[in-house]
Amino acid sequence: MNLLEVEGITKHFGGLAAVSRADLQVGEGEVVGLIGPNGAGKTTLFNLLSGALKPDSGTVRFRAEDITGLKPHTICRKGVARTFQSVKVFGRMTASQNVLVGALFGDRSGMSAKQTGEEVAGLLEFVGLSAVAGVPAKDLTLVNQKRLEVARALASKPELLLIDELMAGLNPTEVAQAMDLVAAIRKQGTTIFIIEHVMKAIMSICDRIIVLHHGEKIAEGTPQEIATSRTVVEVYLGE
Amino acid sequence: MRTGRASWVRLRTALLWLVLLAAMATLSLYASAYTVIMVTNILLYVILTMSWVLFSAPTGYISLATAAFFGVGIYTAAILGEQLPLPLVILTAGLASFCLAALVGALTLRLKGVYFAFFTFGLVELIKYLLLWYEVNITGVRGRFVVFADNFTIYYIILGILVALLLTSYLIRRSRIGLALQSIGEAEDAAAHIGINVSAVKTIVFAISAVFVGAAGAAMATRWTYVDPYMAFDYTYSFTAIAMAVFGGLGRFEGPILGAVVFAFLRELLITQFAYVYMLVMGTVLVVTILYLPQGLVQLAQIPLWRKLRGKREPA
Amino acid sequence: MQPIIEVVISGLLVGGLYALIAMGLSLQYGVARVLNVAHGEFIMLGGMTTWSLYMAFHINPLLSLIICGPAALALGYLLHRTVYIRVMASSDSPGVFESNSLLASFGLLFIIQNIALVVWGADTRAYSYLAVPVDVAGVLFGANRLLTLGSALVIGVAFYIFLARTRIGKAIRAAAQDPTTASLMGVNINQVLALCFGLGAALAAVAGMLISMCYPVTAVMGIHYTVIAMIVVVLGGLGSIPGSFIGGFVLGLIGSIVSYFQPALTLAAYYLIFALLLLVKPTGIMGR
Repeated sequence: MNLLEVEGITKHFGGLAAVSRADLQVGEGEVVGLIGPNGAGKTTLFNLLSGALKPDSGTVRFRAEDITGLKPHTICRKGVARTFQSVKVFGRMTASQNVLVGALFGDRSGMSAKQTGEEVAGLLEFVGLSAVAGVPAKDLTLVNQKRLEVARALASKPELLLIDELMAGLNPTEVAQAMDLVAAIRKQGTTIFIIEHVMKAIMSICDRIIVLHHGEKIAEGTPQEIATSRTVVEVYLGE
Repeated sequence: MRTGRASWVRLRTALLWLVLLAAMATLSLYASAYTVIMVTNILLYVILTMSWVLFSAPTGYISLATAAFFGVGIYTAAILGEQLPLPLVILTAGLASFCLAALVGALTLRLKGVYFAFFTFGLVELIKYLLLWYEVNITGVRGRFVVFADNFTIYYIILGILVALLLTSYLIRRSRIGLALQSIGEAEDAAAHIGINVSAVKTIVFAISAVFVGAAGAAMATRWTYVDPYMAFDYTYSFTAIAMAVFGGLGRFEGPILGAVVFAFLRELLITQFAYVYMLVMGTVLVVTILYLPQGLVQLAQIPLWRKLRGKREPA
Repeated sequence: MQPIIEVVISGLLVGGLYALIAMGLSLQYGVARVLNVAHGEFIMLGGMTTWSLYMAFHINPLLSLIICGPAALALGYLLHRTVYIRVMASSDSPGVFESNSLLASFGLLFIIQNIALVVWGADTRAYSYLAVPVDVAGVLFGANRLLTLGSALVIGVAFYIFLARTRIGKAIRAAAQDPTTASLMGVNINQVLALCFGLGAALAAVAGMLISMCYPVTAVMGIHYTVIAMIVVVLGGLGSIPGSFIGGFVLGLIGSIVSYFQPALTLAAYYLIFALLLLVKPTGIMGR
């Protein structure tokens, strides 16, 4: 059984189809990449999956349960978490508090206060933010804010993590660290669906890649297949 | 030791509050009737201000409906004053305001803040006109007479409502709900995606904030022997609550209280002779505060601390 | 048949006024992104000033439009340049700006209203101008009321042409759609925003002038019209100026129908529609 099954999902804005009849699946334990030129509809697709937008048609199934059009907080509690393309940390709260919110509201396992505290500290360490735990999120560097979003999302103990552009604007060292982070998340059992523009990274960490263009899925396959696909190359060069 | 000092500061603050409370509770023993009336008015404005702050400050959803809840409270007292004992009237007024706020919240808080602002703004006019129509067509009499209560009773009820409000405010701030409210105010989309039922949280807190305003309205109504829709539903209550809160400063708990006390006291001095002047000053203060002192009065108190923080802060 | 004609034409007459005040608010919110709760105060100023000019110097209200309109435009422009621009500078996100500009407008509401109370007092004022009955399809209407409809239509159409055809109009539309790109393309964004705010105020003042021709005016009349303008703006679609124009007439017609049965319940009817809109289609008739 696939963890995530999307069938025929469509969303229009005005007269324009942002996402058009997209079908895709994500299997448990996989790391699946989502790529495509700017404006291809990648973030819109994520919004449709996470409940931020209601699709015009089509279905989204998580663990065989229909979650189409549910509210974001409900979908989160079912085990899907996400990060955002334009970072949305809780600016005036500290890094710890940001992660705490995730642990308190997204996680239904009901830990004690002490356990929650340990969980938060553990997650901050996991993403490498222990040193700045007490710093207000708005004072963190962009890199660290992105890491904070990941930690916050992980605090809700998701089975599926949607990562929307983790590596934009990072230097090569930071990209390598981000790749390590993704690998570490995968290692602990979380399934990952990731939008990314940094080709090198996506090619090396993903099991499968889906390519979107003008809202339609135009290609799908292993990194090898995608890299050598004429359709994909044309789409990117043509832009 | 840092922890030690922090506890000492907390203890000191708590003691100050207790002393203040004791002084207020025994006011009737040493103050004249005039002073009691004046202090009651000041406390009323603290209630209006802190109720508004409870919801609108952390979430950023500006409610303009304070006057509507106040009016509902007044009219509840006018309608039920003869049937029910005063404490029950006060509770009913709070409940009525709660229901109204819950209804408004459920309707508008699922949407962008502008809808909430528009809807709450017109609420005062709407209820006023509904009551006027009702009074003209159904009861045939404009306005109602209110059962009278003496000044000391009113004072203690208002004090009680204020203490309840401050306690509620404080507890919410320190609780999960407070954290949820803050998250909503900082990044509502992210808050929703991390498991917070943002609509429910907003609606509930908004409804809770209305309770105290309604209750206060019922208490104050007993001071006027006659009320009509124009008196009860007056935008200036919404306005003064907001102006006092912004002037005092929304960042800290004591900020709006300070703003309310200062301006309510000023009001006592000016309202009989110079009502328009007072309103003009308040309006100007609100605008000037937003432009030049966005964190309000408490910002001034923090300047040394502020400079120190700004000097050393590097992105970490 | 006659009641129907009366209701429909009454609705159009009132609708014209609603359309004007809603367009003004729509400009201010749609382009300058200011939630101007003080909008009604400009309407009031237009009305009260016209009354004063008429009573003091017997100036024809239509002529006083030449004074009030530009004066309101200038006042609005200045207010934006001094107050709202600063608020924009100190707000670190559009959401914060909306809140802060709303609060600032609320402050301005009370400043303007209380200055008006000091100048004119709290009494209701009225004057008579063109109160001659005119026969329209068998029903009598005051010429002054017909004039308000005519003016509203003329101004509405003129405004539409202004937005669609002139250079400034196009700059405004560009700024409304995408302020950043517009400013990159050479549009002086700050001026355009201030101009929009001023135009909104001017429309309000003109509406106020027209209102004073037909109805009594007071220093505290503003809020009622602000509430109506808000409902029309939501009905037409937030940020859509044509929407506000159409929405004004729609609401006017509804008000006229309700008024036929229970005049005092028109605001309640408007609010019912408001609530229904929020439940079913918050984006309104022409919602973006």
